[in-house]
Amino acid sequence: MVTVNDFAASIPVAWCPGCGNFAILQALKKTLVDISLEPNQILFVSGIGQGPKLPHYTQGNVFNGLHGRSLPAATGAKIANHELIVIGIDGDGGAYGEGIGHLLAAMRRNINITYLVHNNQVYGLTKGQASPTSDLGFVTKTTPLGASQPLNPLALALASDVSFLARGFTGDIEHLSKLLKMGIEHHGFALIDILQPCVSFNHKNTFQWYRERVYKLEDKGYESSDKTAAMTKAQEWGDRIPIGVIYRQERPVYEEQFPALKVAPLVKQNINPLKFEALLNEFE
Amino acid sequence: MTLRLNIMAGGEAGQGVQSVGMILAKAMARGGLHIFADQDYESRVRGGHNFFRIRVSGSKVLALSEKLDILVALNNETIELHTGELKDDGIIIYNEEQTKVEAKGNKYFNVPLVRLAEDTVQNKLMSNTVAAGAVIGLTGCDFDLLATVLKQEFARHGEKVAKENVVAAKAGFDFAREHGKRKSGKTTQLLSGSKRRLLLNGNEAIALGAMVGGCKFIAGYPMTPASSILEYMADKGQQYGVAAVHVEDEIAAMNMAVGAAYTGVRAMVATSGGGFCLMVEGLALAGMTETPVVAVLGQRPGPATGLPTRTEQGELWFALHSGHGEFPRAVLAPATAEEAFHAIIKAFNLAEKYQTPVIVLTDHHLASSYTTVDRFDLKQVKVDRGELLSNKEADRITDYKRYLVTNSGISPRALPGQGKALVVTDSDEHDEAGHMIEDAETRNQQNLKRLRKNNGLKKGIIKPKFHQEFDAELTLIGWGSTYGAIKEAAVLLKKDGMAVNTLHFSEIWPFPAEAVSSVLKKVRKSIAIEGNATAQIAGLIRRETGYKVDSTILKFDGRPFSPEEIVGRLRKEV
Repeated sequence: MVTVNDFAASIPVAWCPGCGNFAILQALKKTLVDISLEPNQILFVSGIGQGPKLPHYTQGNVFNGLHGRSLPAATGAKIANHELIVIGIDGDGGAYGEGIGHLLAAMRRNINITYLVHNNQVYGLTKGQASPTSDLGFVTKTTPLGASQPLNPLALALASDVSFLARGFTGDIEHLSKLLKMGIEHHGFALIDILQPCVSFNHKNTFQWYRERVYKLEDKGYESSDKTAAMTKAQEWGDRIPIGVIYRQERPVYEEQFPALKVAPLVKQNINPLKFEALLNEFE
Repeated sequence: MTLRLNIMAGGEAGQGVQSVGMILAKAMARGGLHIFADQDYESRVRGGHNFFRIRVSGSKVLALSEKLDILVALNNETIELHTGELKDDGIIIYNEEQTKVEAKGNKYFNVPLVRLAEDTVQNKLMSNTVAAGAVIGLTGCDFDLLATVLKQEFARHGEKVAKENVVAAKAGFDFAREHGKRKSGKTTQLLSGSKRRLLLNGNEAIALGAMVGGCKFIAGYPMTPASSILEYMADKGQQYGVAAVHVEDEIAAMNMAVGAAYTGVRAMVATSGGGFCLMVEGLALAGMTETPVVAVLGQRPGPATGLPTRTEQGELWFALHSGHGEFPRAVLAPATAEEAFHAIIKAFNLAEKYQTPVIVLTDHHLASSYTTVDRFDLKQVKVDRGELLSNKEADRITDYKRYLVTNSGISPRALPGQGKALVVTDSDEHDEAGHMIEDAETRNQQNLKRLRKNNGLKKGIIKPKFHQEFDAELTLIGWGSTYGAIKEAAVLLKKDGMAVNTLHFSEIWPFPAEAVSSVLKKVRKSIAIEGNATAQIAGLIRRETGYKVDSTILKFDGRPFSPEEIVGRLRKEV
């Protein structure tokens, strides 16, 4: 039996005290224990940012790659060894800025990975610049005239026919953990946008600010299989912010379309040059 | 007598120029002849001017030759542009009804291509096949060779279509036999050689070699001249255990390949210069994370979009320096399709042995030219996966160090999910366990460890081929796809009483500096012959050995060198 100790960090954690990332780490460890995953069954793939350092602070296989490029690396890894449980981790900069094209492609494909986006509406690692989800008019060193209209990741996800979409809040670890569990167990691509206040650089969207606004969809009898209703919920922001499962559907999973993967994971298939004699004949 | 025959088919895009050319090339290859064929086309789907050249020989040929024996003109433009390339006794096959050319003299041979197609199979679209039949008729080749190829090529369209093509071809063949004999003078009976060879282009050789060498993952975004590698592997991979992903962009392609390779499969990308530009951040990621990935860079004229359907050797320095920071790499530049097959396999072996990226540098000319090669001996293919831990070993280790500091710089590699060993990898500088660090000492250790892999990598690179002639005044230096043209230019020069040495690079980095220095000490005058405007191999030789190449013959108009052009420019410019 795995316990939360099996996921304990082996190196010191370098986040600011009070950072929302601690809650995500805690919720994730709890989830992994709940669903009895061993560290060696998991592959964390992350990019660059404060949130994407998370895999170093727990136990598992880790591919901490480039800013905004975690999803392609995760996709390659999943296709190469589909037995791995692949969990992608990025911030709002990597996921919705630098890597937005990859996110849309990953959702369209419906590769079976779970993608956690630590969305604090600001850049933490580079110290306080606007992010794609910063509120309109958010003034920072790079946006002295105020940030542009924020990108709506949930609406974009729905437009890309995402198969699992949820929003969590770091102020409710139990609830977040349930969403993570559903996301990991979902067969297909799962995007979990996590509202994660930045205590150092975002003095607007604070814990308090979110607490006053978030409400749980499941408390309102919301039906997560209705895409039109989901699109409406995806637009809701401001006085009231919905959290929970926004949308869920079953559709064909990307890696399962490859005939090559049906026998065994690619990585477990031997290399045998001799099996290509028949292909050579085609060039005669 | 050695048979030599140059055939060209020309017409608009969409007229089936390439299919006539390929059918002829295949038929002749089946007749035991050696082939070198290439196509010249524009970046458009319809219209424009395209041609397909086939050089047929009784002995091995690796380059084009300029003078034509037979020109198949499917439109006026072909006649206008290429009549000047005909030999004195050359002939033009044309169709009076299609081309309104004033045909005068013996060299014009009117074959009613469309009418014969309509009369025999009631389908004028098969006039191309009639033309192929006419060429075979003129050359004196056995019709059965053509019939076999047609049946094979059209099999996927059904038996009826295949049969009709044979009938159409026979009509052209008979017409040429009956009416063309006197005109031709080319009715040399071909030796029905029994040796079956493969006819393939550089990209096919690479795709095939990659699969034979165990590549199980390719990601790519279509870009000339590399697209057909992804297409071939996407097609055959279904049956042969390869996953091919058509990605959103080249950034994704490289990062996916790195992700797949980290997980433990042989993974590659194939692109051209513009796509490779997008990939280089990921290339550096492979360098930092010590992930074995293979990139095929098929050059075309740049900068930017350049001449999309043409050839150049302008990206040698780019390949050498692509990616930020310092990390080991190998750059291979196969000279022929045959070498390309072996080079891609070697690239995977080097990449896995040294856990670092390897670039296979080709170009449009190599990628799209067809040559006959002896069947590859698959029993001779060596697969070296380097220091991979066994499942047992990987399961025993609980504190696995992915980046263990060693003398060779190579750290034993475990794969994620292979056992208890957790594989931690970071694009940040990291410690032996793979966790990010910032201290100077660890940084130095890891950076030096990575760069130490160069020592081993160097030994894996073969020195350039030096062909020495007694008392030669000149040494011709080349790299990559110019090999055939330079080699044949040397033969022509020798016939002309001017023997020259040749020095040719098929593997470029790590640079075999000592071997090159010792060769260059012996030569009198050296000339670099390159498909670029800045003499990149000459510059590299200077940088790595201090030797200054005396002179250059450079070409950057997007067209490949022919042996005749090299000889002509050598006489004029040097």
